[in-house]
Amino acid sequence: MSGRRWRSGSVLTTVAMVLIGLGVPQVVDQFGLLQLTVFAAMCILALSLGFVWGYGGILCFGQSAFFGLGAYTYAVTAVNLGESTLATLLALVVPAVFAALLGYFMFYGRLSDVYLGVITLSVTLIFFNLMNSTAGDAYRVGKARLNGFNGMPSLPTLNVPGDPGRLLDPTETFYLVMACLVLVYVGLHVLLASHFGRVVVAIRENEARCELLGYDVRLHKLLVFTIGGGIAGLAGCLFANWGAFVSPNVFSLTMTSQIIIWVIVGGLGTLLGPIIGCLIMQYLATTLGTQQLANTSLVFGVIFLAFVLLVPRGIVPSLRRLALRA
Amino acid sequence: MSGAILQTVELSIRFGGVEAVRRVNFTLAERELRCLIGPNGAGKSTLFKLLTGQLKPTAGRILFRGQDITGHHTHAIARRGIGIKTQVPSLFDGLTVHEHLWLSARRTHPAERTRAIADEILERIGLTAVANGAVGQLSHGLRQWVELGTVLAGNPELILLDEPAAGMTHDEVARTAELVREINRTHALIVVEHDMQFVKMIARTVTVMHQGAVLVEDTMDQILKNATVRDVYLGKHGGS
Repeated sequence: MSGRRWRSGSVLTTVAMVLIGLGVPQVVDQFGLLQLTVFAAMCILALSLGFVWGYGGILCFGQSAFFGLGAYTYAVTAVNLGESTLATLLALVVPAVFAALLGYFMFYGRLSDVYLGVITLSVTLIFFNLMNSTAGDAYRVGKARLNGFNGMPSLPTLNVPGDPGRLLDPTETFYLVMACLVLVYVGLHVLLASHFGRVVVAIRENEARCELLGYDVRLHKLLVFTIGGGIAGLAGCLFANWGAFVSPNVFSLTMTSQIIIWVIVGGLGTLLGPIIGCLIMQYLATTLGTQQLANTSLVFGVIFLAFVLLVPRGIVPSLRRLALRA
Repeated sequence: MSGAILQTVELSIRFGGVEAVRRVNFTLAERELRCLIGPNGAGKSTLFKLLTGQLKPTAGRILFRGQDITGHHTHAIARRGIGIKTQVPSLFDGLTVHEHLWLSARRTHPAERTRAIADEILERIGLTAVANGAVGQLSHGLRQWVELGTVLAGNPELILLDEPAAGMTHDEVARTAELVREINRTHALIVVEHDMQFVKMIARTVTVMHQGAVLVEDTMDQILKNATVRDVYLGKHGGS
């Protein structure tokens, strides 16, 4: 039974992630640790789209909208309160609620896939332009100045809940981000194995049949979209906290297309795929960025095209097929 | 009217200038087995789509056990207890046979009972051997069985079967007929079929549709003797 084999595969992946999470701080220097922290945060973002698109079949071109919303929610709340607990919570809830509202109009309005793509992309670009034009003293939320295209610097970073004076050091932050990644990965697997998750996959396979069996397709899609929004928001919160900085670029076209490339490269319809795709592409982006050899966007574009044309299934599903054949 | 599980009142749907279903008044009693026949384009499948909410009628009403379900969502109608096997099997190609039955039964049953139902249906439709194979790779005949089993696993009170015997061998047709009669002991059914051999095996009352309207409704024997029905099927239009 292939189902059982993948389950043992996911257990293996989970164990590997936990070991990496515990082991890496012992062997990697501070710079490397910071690098890996942001990689892990982005992996959570990749998982959110991997879930929404790969399992829910919802073509979301604007996953960065929820990511950015999470980042800004964290920033604004943390600046105002000087404490990160509620900020982190809101960074999950606000994007999820926004996703639910947006999703309600899209799914209950029975929009087709192409329009879903267009609308979600437009939404993130609207946020991008909106936040870019918030420069000046007039644009502030409480104590927090939004600062337009310059972004919001020196944000309060994560502290131990209830103790604003006790900030997490880089190693602790890394542990936390890895824990979040493992939790999201395992949580999504558990969700997908549940009744709800199996219906979600069935909807991806055949919407009409699901309706004829009495399942409300709109409601299921809405829930998937909302959960995906919340997870992306969490990634945004961790990202903002990592650099103690957030700028409108979290909503940019580059950002949103990157997420799609991660998922395509790693493999649609798997949870490991988006993580692998994200790690490879992030590593490439960092290396290319520091060496200035070639324009990163250009290289990403070429890789994206190559994958769509030559490895349309992505890395993980292709390797699985090879492994099964061998 | 109290004994009717399904009733349509002047049910009509118009696509542009074509009235695909025209003022159909149809009544089905509890536990009745009705065969619906008619030449291609008579409106049989369209009528099924109206009954399951996949299409919204332009006029008329649909009553299920006396409750008006006209214009309700497909999933809401399914929840009330109408199951359908569509003309071209509508399945989840990436999922296994077992998962189909599981998904269908699980909506109304706890997990353990669901597993038992799935196993029981697998046996009934004779697909235990391919239970864990992907449905996308099965032959058309087997896909028909999978869909039939999927509908049965949901235990709907009224079952609509659109050409259940299409693409089956002679033996399979006989087995399907047997299964239909067995289902009919506890459920009401409407069966659309072109295969007259199959219809003869199962039919008691037959409704003949032609050009969107009900032409005649009678026992199988009477239908076979009916001159108008013969003309419709042979394409003769009397009067000239």
